[in-house]
Amino acid sequence: MQLRLESIGKKVGSEDWLYDMSLSPQPGAVTVLLGATRAGKTSLMRIMAGLDAPSTGKVLVDGLDVTGQSVRRRDVAMVYQQFINYPSLTVAQNIASPMKLRGEKNIDQRVRALADKLHIGMFLDRLPAELSGGQQQRVALARALAKNASLMLLDEPLVNLDYKLREELREELAQVFSTSDATVVYATTEPGEALLLGGYTAVLDRGELLQYGPTAQVFQQPRSLRVARAFSDPPMNFFQAFRVLGGVQLPRSALLPLALPDAASGSAENVTVGLRASALRLREREGDLSLHGKVLLAEISGSDTFVHLSSDIGDLVAQVPGVHHFTLGAAQTLYFAPSAAFVFDAAGDLLLAPAGARSS
Amino acid sequence: MARIDLDLAHAYKAKPQSEEDYALLPLKLSFEDGGAYALLGPSGCGKTTMLNIISGLLTPSQGAVFFDGVDKTAATPQERNIAQVFQFPVIYDTMTVGENLAFPLRNRKVPPARIKERVGQIAEMLEMSHQLDQRAAGLSADAKQKISLGRGLVRDDVSAVLFDEPLTVIDPHLKWQLRRKLKQIHHELKLTLIYVTHDQVEALTFAERILVMSRGRVVQEGTPEELFERPAHTFVGHFIGSPGMNLLPLSASGGRVVLGEQEVQAPPGLRIPEGELTLGIRPEYTHVADPGQPGVVLARVEKVQDIGTGQLLTARVGPHAVRARVGLEQALPAAGGAVGLALLGRHSCLYKNEELIA
Repeated sequence: MQLRLESIGKKVGSEDWLYDMSLSPQPGAVTVLLGATRAGKTSLMRIMAGLDAPSTGKVLVDGLDVTGQSVRRRDVAMVYQQFINYPSLTVAQNIASPMKLRGEKNIDQRVRALADKLHIGMFLDRLPAELSGGQQQRVALARALAKNASLMLLDEPLVNLDYKLREELREELAQVFSTSDATVVYATTEPGEALLLGGYTAVLDRGELLQYGPTAQVFQQPRSLRVARAFSDPPMNFFQAFRVLGGVQLPRSALLPLALPDAASGSAENVTVGLRASALRLREREGDLSLHGKVLLAEISGSDTFVHLSSDIGDLVAQVPGVHHFTLGAAQTLYFAPSAAFVFDAAGDLLLAPAGARSS
Repeated sequence: MARIDLDLAHAYKAKPQSEEDYALLPLKLSFEDGGAYALLGPSGCGKTTMLNIISGLLTPSQGAVFFDGVDKTAATPQERNIAQVFQFPVIYDTMTVGENLAFPLRNRKVPPARIKERVGQIAEMLEMSHQLDQRAAGLSADAKQKISLGRGLVRDDVSAVLFDEPLTVIDPHLKWQLRRKLKQIHHELKLTLIYVTHDQVEALTFAERILVMSRGRVVQEGTPEELFERPAHTFVGHFIGSPGMNLLPLSASGGRVVLGEQEVQAPPGLRIPEGELTLGIRPEYTHVADPGQPGVVLARVEKVQDIGTGQLLTARVGPHAVRARVGLEQALPAAGGAVGLALLGRHSCLYKNEELIA
């Protein structure tokens, strides 16, 4: 199924919620809509589903204009943040409902198969209220899958679940998506979730679509500073710098020997250097540059330590593997390979991204 | 500020019979004065029940709560002098940011000069100084929750500040900022803080000591490092870390060690007690190694995910899934291929009946 959004805009009152968005999610694959709250993820999904009409632009399904056509006439299934099930129907009846509506055969058998896939096979005779939150959301997911729709929309489906449950269910979902032909669109605020789901990612920010492409590619080659900020957790560290002969100069600090593409018409010399938290390390390797500062805070997440440093060139966060102890206020030097730096021009557009460790 | 001791149990049912009837099984716990604690566990583990018992919203069905050694079991939240921050902003929309922050102090008849000083201090820490005269009504959910946090922290004479999943409504990027603020405020004010969450990253980054809870029990109390390196219980191993600890059956008898279904050579110097055990090894410590080396098993690659900062390998040892976090530079076979994984070594933990024994 080929969904195409052409120059979609959405105004609510005098406020713009979506600006001129064109997007064609890859058919048969997962597209993640990544963005903070109010980025426009839900508004966009509602338009994809036919729950809302866009103020401007067109929605095309397999080349046919379906703009404004009601959700009832579209082949779409949706899963929401809240766990929505029929409260008076059992789990089995909930899952069976879309099949019954279409007068299908072998319903019992297919309900059983779907329930088993989502690990709720033992609850088929219970009412949704008798289940935990995670189990209720599994029922909603099974019902959406039972619809067998060619377009499946999931709006932060795991956000109301416990952290560990999220991990489990995300994995199961990725499995389910990979064996289905449906075009899946999945909204999340978490960069890590986008990476784990893989597929394709569309980065949204304040009603604008900033970039769309294969997830790994968007992560490795963020088109702009805004994409880099949205697609990093901890947030990417940014420093003001200057373009000089032979590379990029950090003020009162090191020169990064980087080969930048030629400046457009001798434009501004100001650039921004971006370093992922994971690019900073405690031990120096050959060719590394250093940053000096004071430890503001050290947070241990278990597998990693997040060091917040107030450095000569600005505050930054480093993610170092393992557990390390720091004295607050103590002097600390961090190291990074110049080749790990992103460089953005004065307009915030990407000039240079680190060459991936692997060619993917 | 106060030291808080709990010696109690709680059942929502009258006359509890079995363990399942208890929301909190009998426990004895202490929260030191000025400490930062997290209660961490899945929903239904009893963490919110414990928080409500500490705050005085709930009276335990048996036992008592002590503040600085004084029995406060029957005292109201006001009498216990507790400040609370909830999941969603609790503020007055019609007041300004400054008035909201001052409210808990005005209520307690704190002198105006002192109020001004404290509100200024808290606003500065939360980077809201420029918004003090702004009405709360027009602010974003994030900003409102910041005010809630500020209101919880504005009084320096409270016994403790209790947080119930305070960062739920906050976007990931702002969470980083707010966690940093909370830590700094704790560092400066030395208030006793107790923070309830299901999110291990929040718990570990916020607290000095974490109480991991499961089914009405505290299964381990420890520092982030202890919970990560030496989980005392397989539940802690599984719950802390993302993904959690790899757990697989190990049986040792007469010097023979069988892991999954493969016999492995024990690495020299590693003590392996005899019996039917469970091996725990963190994905961070699971390395690719040559099969045939001590501690290495042969696994089949199921999938490899690029998680940006590294690769997440999922493999199978017999029917058991094993995950490894490996560097981007590490070459890995494609799905279906064989890979050697070092599972037994100095980072491995051994469990008997879910409890750590070696």
